[in-house]
Amino acid sequence: MLNIVSKYAIPTILLTILVFGFFTKTPVYDSFIAGVKEGMETVLNIIPPILAILTAVGMLRQSGAFDVITYVFKPLANIAGIPQEVVPLMLLRPVSGGGSLGMLADILSSYGADSFTGRLASTVMGATETTFYTIAVYFSATRVKNIRYCMSAALISDFAGMCVAVIVCKMMF
Amino acid sequence: MMNYVWIFLVLSALITGALTGKLDTTVTAGINAAKDSIFTVLNFAGIMCMWSGMMRICKDSNLTGIINKAAKPICKRLFTDIEPDSKPMQAMLMNITANLLGLGNAATPLGLKGMRELDDINPTPDIASDAMCVFIILNTASLQLIPTSVVALRASAEAKNPFDVIVPIWISSLTSVIVGVVAIKAFIRFEKRRGKDC
Repeated sequence: MLNIVSKYAIPTILLTILVFGFFTKTPVYDSFIAGVKEGMETVLNIIPPILAILTAVGMLRQSGAFDVITYVFKPLANIAGIPQEVVPLMLLRPVSGGGSLGMLADILSSYGADSFTGRLASTVMGATETTFYTIAVYFSATRVKNIRYCMSAALISDFAGMCVAVIVCKMMF
Repeated sequence: MMNYVWIFLVLSALITGALTGKLDTTVTAGINAAKDSIFTVLNFAGIMCMWSGMMRICKDSNLTGIINKAAKPICKRLFTDIEPDSKPMQAMLMNITANLLGLGNAATPLGLKGMRELDDINPTPDIASDAMCVFIILNTASLQLIPTSVVALRASAEAKNPFDVIVPIWISSLTSVIVGVVAIKAFIRFEKRRGKDC
């Protein structure tokens, strides 16, 4: 069932957008081009953090420090039944969006996009947002000094999202 | 925060490299990784831009307006102390729709606008209002119809079907939103009850 949804969700979404745009007489092509330009800006913005994190990861891997890290995480990952390579990504995800995207790129090229590790890492990446960044930027627009329980609740929600990511991936893949 | 994380990663690589006697190759590996990272980004840039174009059509054709309307009843229940037709609610609705459609460029400015509007009506300017807390949680656990960057990255890594993770992503991010909202509402209620006791 879920696989069928996966298969037809995207064509349906694309068709809906285009047909709706056509019938509302939207200048579809001009809008598309404008959107692509915005996308280019996004790409330019994520190049620096991705380069930074991939450089660090490349050095960590060659130096042998990655082996140490995975050795440390191994018991934890074993208990949860997840590939240990995904644990560093889970830790980085709430901290840096570009950085975790770089780490995901590294996992996908090392273990393959269709491996369980690759699929779980992709799901973890999509499951939550860059929590710390969002909280910092959003509250900076206000006069608030006391953010109450926002951080704890956000981290609880991230943790829940990641747990569900592991469970669903185990069921589906 | 990233300042500490990054320096920690690089320094631990260099120190481990020195200890294992691979300091020179460690540095070379870093330089090569920097070189390759540009290709990684270029590889998925096209797909990301394509989705960004599609989502812009949603915005311009006012498909976002329809989603706004659909999200309104849910928001009424989430933000009980905010007037349904007020400016803050309008900004928050637009931010939620932009997030849902992955209009990253639009979502953050709209979110900041929402926060500023909420700030204006906050009776205790130093302390975050209930609505602010819930709104922040919706944004940190952002639900997205098409996680553009993940899909693009998977396509560039030659996944057979780059979209096969989309349902797991929907399920897990929806759970994270629900758990987050329940958690923050529980915290708020707990705080109020304790406040009454004092």
